[in-house]
Amino acid sequence: MADQPSNVDSPPSEQPESPDIGIVVEDIELTRGQIIRTRLKLAWRSFRKNWSLFAENKIGIVGLGIIAIFGLMAIAHPILMATVWSDKKDIYDPVIGTDAVIVEKVVVVEVTDPETQLTLQEAQLEGELFASPGDIVEIPLAPAPPSRDHLLGTDPLGRDILSQLMFGARAAFTLGIVAALVTTVLATLVGSVAAYHGGLVDTWLMRQADLILLMPLLPLLIVVAAFYQVGLIGLALILGILGGLGGTAIILKSQALAVKVKPFIDAARVAGGSSRHIILRHVVPNVLPLSFLYMMFEVTAAILTEATLSFFGLLDIEMSWGIMINTAHTQGYTLSGLGTWWLLLPAGLAVTFMGFAFFLVGRAADEVVNPRLRAR
Amino acid sequence: MLKFIGRRLLQMAFLFVLFLTILFFLLQAQPGDISSQFVGNPEIPPEAKEILRERLGLNESLWGQYTTFIINFFKLDFGVSFTEYPREVSDILLSRLPRTVVLFLTATLLAYWMGFATGKLVAWRRNTKLEHVVTVTGIFLYTVFYPWFAIMMLWIFAANLGWFPVGKFITPSVWNNAPFEANQVFNRMIVVAVLFALFVGVVWYLTRRIGDLDRRKWLRRGIAAGGLVVVAFYWMGSDMRTYAADIAHHTVLPVVTLALVFFAQITLLTRSSMLETLREDYILTARAKGIPERVVRDRHAARNALLPVTTSFVLALAAVIGGGIVTESIFSWPGIGLALLNAVLVEDIPLAIGGLALIGLLSLVGHLIVDILYTFLDPRIRYS
Repeated sequence: MADQPSNVDSPPSEQPESPDIGIVVEDIELTRGQIIRTRLKLAWRSFRKNWSLFAENKIGIVGLGIIAIFGLMAIAHPILMATVWSDKKDIYDPVIGTDAVIVEKVVVVEVTDPETQLTLQEAQLEGELFASPGDIVEIPLAPAPPSRDHLLGTDPLGRDILSQLMFGARAAFTLGIVAALVTTVLATLVGSVAAYHGGLVDTWLMRQADLILLMPLLPLLIVVAAFYQVGLIGLALILGILGGLGGTAIILKSQALAVKVKPFIDAARVAGGSSRHIILRHVVPNVLPLSFLYMMFEVTAAILTEATLSFFGLLDIEMSWGIMINTAHTQGYTLSGLGTWWLLLPAGLAVTFMGFAFFLVGRAADEVVNPRLRAR
Repeated sequence: MLKFIGRRLLQMAFLFVLFLTILFFLLQAQPGDISSQFVGNPEIPPEAKEILRERLGLNESLWGQYTTFIINFFKLDFGVSFTEYPREVSDILLSRLPRTVVLFLTATLLAYWMGFATGKLVAWRRNTKLEHVVTVTGIFLYTVFYPWFAIMMLWIFAANLGWFPVGKFITPSVWNNAPFEANQVFNRMIVVAVLFALFVGVVWYLTRRIGDLDRRKWLRRGIAAGGLVVVAFYWMGSDMRTYAADIAHHTVLPVVTLALVFFAQITLLTRSSMLETLREDYILTARAKGIPERVVRDRHAARNALLPVTTSFVLALAAVIGGGIVTESIFSWPGIGLALLNAVLVEDIPLAIGGLALIGLLSLVGHLIVDILYTFLDPRIRYS
């Protein structure tokens, strides 16, 4: 991937070593400015080239679009809470807000239309102890179907589904991004170090990766989540570390091996570069495009894992898409189907589409950065 | 070959001990050790507590506890369940093991068989409408939120259409005054299924040299169908038939649901692996020799595309096991995964650790089987 000069050298934002070589300082400032400008130009050019490669593939654009929609939802939630919903926080808060929609029903002996009628017994259960047949009683309804106040209805505890959905988007992004960043940084370092040094270090790191790959991840996480209080960030770190030391490290190592035999590595070594310098400045930047790709897949994996664990109710998280499904499931609305579609459908589709979108972006990015598939 | 298997077995044993070590430290590091769980549990009489402490080696040093922990596992002594006291954990787990293994095995076999056939076909007919539909459905099934998908399947096929029972392993009303235990019937079913599978395998092996592909296909299908008829007659004549039918009826939906997600994954994998193989020179050579297209597809391309798909199984194994737990939980399928989940929710630590260890062992065994299978499939390994 030597045709990406911006990546081969240090990123433009990084400052070069201090200029104490006895040259006029103004000159160096000038050249430094030029260097940065040239680098920015090159970076922009390679970005444009890669973007056009990426945009050729429709699925990548679709994926980015879906991610953008979820991103807007995540950003809109705090804004809405501060503006439109600010005086109704007790209603629209995703965790503690509650609003029972009041419906009027007629007490009858024999129910013919459950939408508007109920039996005496049901009325008494709802607290209307002195009701008699023929009376009209006001019943709080939860879960309530979509209405003007609650566009997606309320959950079995009377909380607004739309607000939960938007809050869940923020949780999913936080988790996905933290997990993916940790994975990428760790896997790139582990892969580069293993490839560059070889020998005992390589054997140790790769056997470790094999072991992590072999472990049944979900059962282990279930037990860990039961023994310890695992929150959103905690889970992101666990997933990130396991991903970074596991499968991703093996894949990135094979890429780093291909970089290691390139002439510029030898040149750097002959020029007297330390192994730390060579790994960080020459090997890592060339592995980065591929690790970016695995970042996408890690986001999908992290979101699906979190949602599954939340669905079992094992995580110490206030609200997420998985918990929304867990609430509906544990309150007994699993099989009510289309009658209460707003309980299961939005959250389930949100998790699915989020995973789907990152997967699509990953597949499209694959064709840009993967040397095997790359259009040349 | 034997040397290879022996070496792999040794490696597996080492990995399992390593896995147990991780479990041990997980257990040690949790707030409050396991003995305090005994003290706090009013269900257990004091004398029993002392015996349990002795058995778990809790009076010894850390190293003593560790060695007792490891040795107990190899003696299949997982301790006593807190919630089902005084039942042995190994007793609970072993009675549930066949159900979990059947769920995993049938779902995996179904998914691999169907997925490979579909992926092969789809790659062969590239850029047709069929390919696009299959690929998009495959990606959807691959990224779908599995618990939600399972709930939807349960809702559509069990609650709405009523084709299958809503979860569980048996219908209690059918089993009232039944002369058999559920596990007895289930074990008989497993034995029959394994015998049938062996029969089919032998037939496949014996007919592999028949050159005429059409004749071979119909011969194989005919013999397999004949075998099925024999099995059906066996069940008709058996007095277990209503009970077996009830269990089978309960088994279909969980297996199909688990298999579908996997099927998608295998299809996508086979497709990309096959597309890569089709670019090879030997495919061009085979075509140039005038070999029929179907032979090129099945014998030259698909056979080689099979190798990466088999390797992928090792990576997929963790996902099958995770999916298995979700399936067991949603379909109330009383296997090891459900036992693990319930144990975790009520903090029944011996049961949870035992379940996790057994699941770890299952994944190691699965890995070993795939490794051995791979050596058979890849002649470069077989002959070296």
